[in-house]
Amino acid sequence: MTNEALQQLLTSWNPNLEFTDENNAYLNVTVNAEDLHQFMLQLKENTETSFDYLFCLTGMDWGKELGVIYHLESTTHRHTLVVRVKTSDRENPNFDTVSNIWYTADFHEREAYDFFGIKFNNHPNMKRLFLTEEWEGFPMRKDYVDDVNMVIK
Amino acid sequence: METITTTNFKSEEYFINMGPQHPATHGVLRLLLTIDGEIIKKVEPDLGYIHRSIEKMCERDSYQQIVHLTDRMDYLSSHINNEAVCLTVEKALELEVPERVKVIRTILGELTRIASHCLWWGVMGMDVGALTTYFYGFRDREMINDIFEETCGARLTMNYNVPGGLMFDIHPNFVNRTKEFIKHFKTKIPEYDRLLTGNVIFEKRTKGVGVLTKEDAISFGASGPVARASGYSCDVRKHHPYSAYNQVNFNEALATEGDTFARYQVRIQELWESISIIEQLIDNIPEGDHKVATNAVIKLPKGEYYQKVETARGELGVFVVSTGTKNPYRMKFRSPGFSNLSLLNHISVGGKIGDLVATMATLDLVIPDIDR
Amino acid sequence: MNISLNITKTIQELLQGFMGEDSAYYGAMITVALIYLAIFAVAGLYLVLLERKVAAWFQLRLGPNRVGFWGLFQTMADALKLVSKELTGTVKADKFLYNLAPYFVIVSSLMALAVFPFTQGFQAFDINIGIFFLIAISSIGVIGILLGGWSSNNKFALIGAMRSGVQTISYELSVGLSLITMVLLTGTLQLSEIIEVQKNGWLIVQGHIPAIIAFCIYMIAGTAETNRAPFDMVEAESELGAGFHTEYSGMKFAYFFLAEFINMFIIAAIGTTIFFGGWLSPFGVTESLPWLGVFWFLAKTLILVFLMMWFRWTFPRLRVDQLLTLEWKYLLPLNLLNIVLMAIMVWLGLTIQF
Repeated sequence: MTNEALQQLLTSWNPNLEFTDENNAYLNVTVNAEDLHQFMLQLKENTETSFDYLFCLTGMDWGKELGVIYHLESTTHRHTLVVRVKTSDRENPNFDTVSNIWYTADFHEREAYDFFGIKFNNHPNMKRLFLTEEWEGFPMRKDYVDDVNMVIK
Repeated sequence: METITTTNFKSEEYFINMGPQHPATHGVLRLLLTIDGEIIKKVEPDLGYIHRSIEKMCERDSYQQIVHLTDRMDYLSSHINNEAVCLTVEKALELEVPERVKVIRTILGELTRIASHCLWWGVMGMDVGALTTYFYGFRDREMINDIFEETCGARLTMNYNVPGGLMFDIHPNFVNRTKEFIKHFKTKIPEYDRLLTGNVIFEKRTKGVGVLTKEDAISFGASGPVARASGYSCDVRKHHPYSAYNQVNFNEALATEGDTFARYQVRIQELWESISIIEQLIDNIPEGDHKVATNAVIKLPKGEYYQKVETARGELGVFVVSTGTKNPYRMKFRSPGFSNLSLLNHISVGGKIGDLVATMATLDLVIPDIDR
Repeated sequence: MNISLNITKTIQELLQGFMGEDSAYYGAMITVALIYLAIFAVAGLYLVLLERKVAAWFQLRLGPNRVGFWGLFQTMADALKLVSKELTGTVKADKFLYNLAPYFVIVSSLMALAVFPFTQGFQAFDINIGIFFLIAISSIGVIGILLGGWSSNNKFALIGAMRSGVQTISYELSVGLSLITMVLLTGTLQLSEIIEVQKNGWLIVQGHIPAIIAFCIYMIAGTAETNRAPFDMVEAESELGAGFHTEYSGMKFAYFFLAEFINMFIIAAIGTTIFFGGWLSPFGVTESLPWLGVFWFLAKTLILVFLMMWFRWTFPRLRVDQLLTLEWKYLLPLNLLNIVLMAIMVWLGLTIQF
């Protein structure tokens, strides 16, 4: 499906979606945190989109907001979609997990928690992945300060 | 000390720690195994022993410096990692590199793939018990390393790509040495087959072991030979071609059984395909410049860019979020090993410890790639 | 040669000159034991060097060649290093069993060496139940392995020891039965008599088809008995660290290590004696020089040892359950059928005699 057709289809499901232009060839859509799980499930199960391959899950810190960017691909139609979700709650950010839709999200969401502090509801094993259990703070956030381990030029 | 929090630890189950220093885990990976006699109940990987926060370092480095960080990630496909970052930068700047550069990058990428698979084959034999295969695999890998040393100056971490092209032109001996190597290597792959592939003991150790279905492969985000052995056609060189891959004819190595033997056969088939690609390109390297001039300080326009390449392990993705400054705002590397490791628990439960070792050998994990 | 090759008797007569008869008897036994101990400890070292050189040859490299000409002093240096190492031990290990385990293994190996006929009369201990004694002694080694794994208080060692125990007791059956097949041809268990019978042609020729089957089964089972590849799940370096001897260091580790190589030599020596004529020369060419028998015996044994080393460096290893399936479902029935076949052949007089 082309990007325009995809955009029309997605708007017909959920009129609150925002489409942005990020100077790349993919369709970029932003969804609200409450609609996330429902939207993702529809993306996977609907036969016209059938996004069954989640190939990248990136935690992001946009300065004021934290969020996650999902890159989805369909193995049958071979189209790609970029979904984004944000929250401005920096103390306790949380989203619904998508690891019951795509198994690969299990490890990726643990990595996002480890580095950004974003918790995912209903995740089977919400623990840190790379850093040790006692580590304090979330290193990839922009306001993380660590005089010992970080070298700033 | 860290408390071990396994979720179903019954008193008659046996809890074993494999690693981080262990001959079979190919790097510093710690596996917490819960076993019942010889049967595995649960495998939980514990990562982070070689985490070097490359993504955080990328946020303060310039793009030329980032290229140097990437070849330490998956050090067995270092040229392809460098190529990925350079391609992302070139895509964002809408830079068109000369044909010569594309062809040379493709040839070097395929040589890297062959070198990585030679090492994989040697280590696979060693893990299953045939200790001599390690030396035979390395003998062929040494020839490739020598070719690289002459052209790029390094044997493992090549650092030959720069955004815009190659750092310097290829050595005059490169074409001849590569042709000699191809001729020699074509006689060696049948030797590999005779030693391991047709061996009854090897087949009994690998057939029917660690089966991964196609739906599970897609859901777990598997890529590379692991996914292709389950029937999922995902070769980035075919579906999203880059460099000179749209100029060559080659087949994608696919299998349907999804067991360890299928993954093994897919990689051996990939060796043949790589040789065919190099043969098609090596005689017709176009003349031209070896790079295009870029600014000394590269600033990507504002936006998000994603580039996929096919390393020896699978699909490597480079995701850059740029705000127009000279450092990326966020750089994420989607590593193939990370997704491939997550399916280890799913395919090993119910098997034996010997099967776990054989399965891990065919998943071909390089831990620095996972830990970044 | 004036000195008879029957060394026990010779030494006994020497000692009788200045001791009573009983003490001369015991004195002779002790002297012979010490001589054998010395020779085979050194021989064990050189077997290790041979293995390293053979492995290097298969792996396209050179092997040890720095310490002494052609690396001949390499294992001496290794032995010195092992002797001078600290004897570590774990805190919770059962001290008595932990220290006792290596001795079971090394003593059973060395005891088996006593009965081999190296040439006419050159035999330390010629009892009339020769083969039975050998099979019985090799069963004692298992105790040492199980004790070593258990008392180390280490999960990996325990898994390794259990695997080894089950493997050894299963394959002992095959070894025993394939040797019984050949005893049907000889009619005696005494080793020197077995070689006398082979003056009419080596047993593998005399008993053609069943003897060749018995030899193949014997080599497979013998390799499994000594825990060597392709049956070395026990000490699979790629899986469990080092198996049952993980917690041993220094001299105790050296005992386990040496015992493995001496066991390999014993299996090869039994194979030579039973199947290939022991110290007899092919077609009797040097029958007039009986002391040359030592050379023939060693040559044949070393060929079988080389065969076992070849297996190790070529084949992948079998998984534990595949190993046991091989024994109980394939080798054991084959062995039993083979015995019946051999019995029919002997009864009908179909053996080849020269």
